[in-house]
Amino acid sequence: MKDELAILLDRLDAMGITRRGFMGRAAAFGAATALGTTVMGSAARAQEPKRGGILKMGLGGGETTDTLDPGLADSPVPFSINRQWGDTVVNVTADGQIEPSLAESYSVSEDGKVWTFAIRQGVKFHDGSDMTAEDVAATFRRHSDENSKSGALGIMKGIVSIEVDGQNVVLTMETGNADLPYLLSDYHLLIQPGGGVDNPTAAVGTGAYKLVSAEPGVRYVFEKNADDWNQDRGYYDGVEVIVINDATARTAALQSGQVHMINRIDPKVAKLLARAPGVQVTNVSGRGHYVFIMHTNTAPFDNKDLRNALKWAINRQELVDKILDGFGGVGNDVPINAAYPLFDNSLEQREYNAEKAAELYKASGHDGSPIELLVADGAFPGAVDAAQLFQQSAQAAGIPLEVKRVPDDGYWSDVWNVKPFCASYWGGRPVQDQMYSTAYLSTADWNDTKFNNPEFDALLLEARAETDTAKRKEIYSKMAHILWEEGGLICPMFNDFIDAHGDAIAGWYEDPNYEMMGGWASHKTWFA
Amino acid sequence: MHPIIKLLAQRLSLGLLLLLAASALIFIGVELLPGDVAQSILGQSATETALRNLREELGLNEPALTRYFNWLFAAIQGDLGTALTNGQSISKAVGERLGNTLFLAFWAAIISVPLAIILGLIAVRYRNRWPDKLISAVTLSTISLPEFVAGYLLMYLFTVQFRIFSPISTIYSGMSLGEKLSAIALPVMVLVLVVLAHMMRMTRAAILNVMQSAYVETAELKGLRPFVIIARHAFPNAIAPVVNVVMLNLAYLVVGVVVVEVVFVYPGMGQYLVDHVTKRDLPVVQACGLIFAAVYIGLNIMADVISILANPRLRHPK
Repeated sequence: MKDELAILLDRLDAMGITRRGFMGRAAAFGAATALGTTVMGSAARAQEPKRGGILKMGLGGGETTDTLDPGLADSPVPFSINRQWGDTVVNVTADGQIEPSLAESYSVSEDGKVWTFAIRQGVKFHDGSDMTAEDVAATFRRHSDENSKSGALGIMKGIVSIEVDGQNVVLTMETGNADLPYLLSDYHLLIQPGGGVDNPTAAVGTGAYKLVSAEPGVRYVFEKNADDWNQDRGYYDGVEVIVINDATARTAALQSGQVHMINRIDPKVAKLLARAPGVQVTNVSGRGHYVFIMHTNTAPFDNKDLRNALKWAINRQELVDKILDGFGGVGNDVPINAAYPLFDNSLEQREYNAEKAAELYKASGHDGSPIELLVADGAFPGAVDAAQLFQQSAQAAGIPLEVKRVPDDGYWSDVWNVKPFCASYWGGRPVQDQMYSTAYLSTADWNDTKFNNPEFDALLLEARAETDTAKRKEIYSKMAHILWEEGGLICPMFNDFIDAHGDAIAGWYEDPNYEMMGGWASHKTWFA
Repeated sequence: MHPIIKLLAQRLSLGLLLLLAASALIFIGVELLPGDVAQSILGQSATETALRNLREELGLNEPALTRYFNWLFAAIQGDLGTALTNGQSISKAVGERLGNTLFLAFWAAIISVPLAIILGLIAVRYRNRWPDKLISAVTLSTISLPEFVAGYLLMYLFTVQFRIFSPISTIYSGMSLGEKLSAIALPVMVLVLVVLAHMMRMTRAAILNVMQSAYVETAELKGLRPFVIIARHAFPNAIAPVVNVVMLNLAYLVVGVVVVEVVFVYPGMGQYLVDHVTKRDLPVVQACGLIFAAVYIGLNIMADVISILANPRLRHPK
């Protein structure tokens, strides 16, 4: 416990976390340990949860086109919906640790290649059948099928065999990967009867709530799963999710007491809303970040001096203040921040430096023709404004940056990952390895900066198989330095998750994994 | 054949032709949109393999003309297909949504149409005096207010300040009629405010036009009360233009209320269509487009027929 607090205090220094943020984390830690064996002092002792009542959640980010297939979930509402009815084999806690879920424990071979997960016994699916190791294996197989459309396909690629051994599921990796449990906590990998092969959208799982009715883009109703294997969650009698995409309607619904909690508060109104009676606004800095990305293999961005000129020509603090209204942290041109385990804070923070940018721009020998930055409103909230601020600070350094606004329609198919310089966002991943292998490994599908650095690739594979934490941290630090200096990524800011709930809700804690307490809001809170 | 039946048959067949042309236009429009369905469904996180698999599964590799005719023949048989994005049956989903949209439009119409006509009659009766000016000023202000502003104002007033109504108008099966009506109170109010002025002004202008005629003067000289002259003698002759503008507004209530739907979280056709347009869900977009076109064409045929019936000169053509 002492160590945990020391880490929290370190982070407080490193990130300039607000006092409220710190208290939230301390409380989260408290809530986690209260479930374990230690009982802590008064400050961190969790309240005794009460059971009962119907929780109403008003969530933005859902569409009538949403499906209940967990493999295809890709936006906030499907994510939250799937959390209600399904479980993964392990979970990532608010402080970034792995906690058992449908797997009671796991072990790994010396070389990090063979992983054995002991599957919890006596757990029943909502349809009354037993959850077995076979179901777990079938689920993994469905998501790792080459023909699968699952969002977890990339994660499962490194697994060469999935075997059932009695009550265990044994996964064999192509190369050692110390982070496999983090990868398996992915929200697509909900365990379904028979792997969900026959009926992927049945929404039958082992979760705390059972689906009663689903109307995509409108409303979902859940009832308490009385046979839930985990009695330390799911305190409500039922959960009703109402999809409210309009931000103003969402806040009005909370203020008028129609719903108890809402997600995605616009940073511009967060401070105003916090002043309203009966409403608590919570923010937690996560791993999501907003980016401007340059293709390092396309002129003029194949010139390292020009890339770095642009990196020095952006005023990160100004963007955090004006675009996020202070609800976020400055980025440092690597996709990693203090929310990641093994983060190295020794990397120099890039500030706005017009002279240095001008100098580098001159050294690049660029012909002075306009450098076009493509941006759409949908790239990230406030993307067009952010690009214009970038344009101004770059022009002050003599760089002829031009903003070209394009429609949201077709942005992700025709612009992102296609055009050499555009705006985008990343939701972040639970661990550094996954973030880097998703978007910065030279062979990655979503390598949206076309970053190709053999040394970086080699270090990534080395870190993956390294079991000594100190050494891994060192390798990740080296990689961050390479990306910072050579990469095509301009990362001005990490955005906060801003949610709000009414005074009726108790037990709320901060979870940097995702919005709505990492999706656990309906499981871990209760009516006061 | 009776001239009216002949007229109806003519109008209906013309309407069907129009509908066919509309379906072709919708198809071409959707084809011209940037991006493709597979990419839109999988979003930013699409890999090449996943894209290829999905395109294959959705039959997107077939030529556009083949896909159009396949769809058209199925639609004629009442099968609108399944949504590409979530695999739900379109006929079923659209059926529910259309029901909700018509429910909202019905209540908005039942309040706004009589209200607009009565206000129009009152405005004519007291023309250029204060009731006329007040009615015009109020209705013109409400029509000038964008729908979402009106929505937010009512929401602030009736849900945050005075908690009379719910800001969320989500309705679902299992709600009683009373609950449903209470849920849709605010969107109905907004829609009434938006369509009132147009119909009221048209009623007023059409009747004033008729008021210039000789027979109205005769009625006045007979000593009839002004309101009786307006209601009995002037209004029947002003029905044709009024019916046309009423039908236009009814059509708007069915197809044009997506902003109101979004603001009040109402599960109608508009939101359903917009979601599927952004995901390039061609079958759904076409089905919705076809239904909207049918609503427009149907209401316009109705307006035509009613104005002909209301006019003896058109009713008995030489």
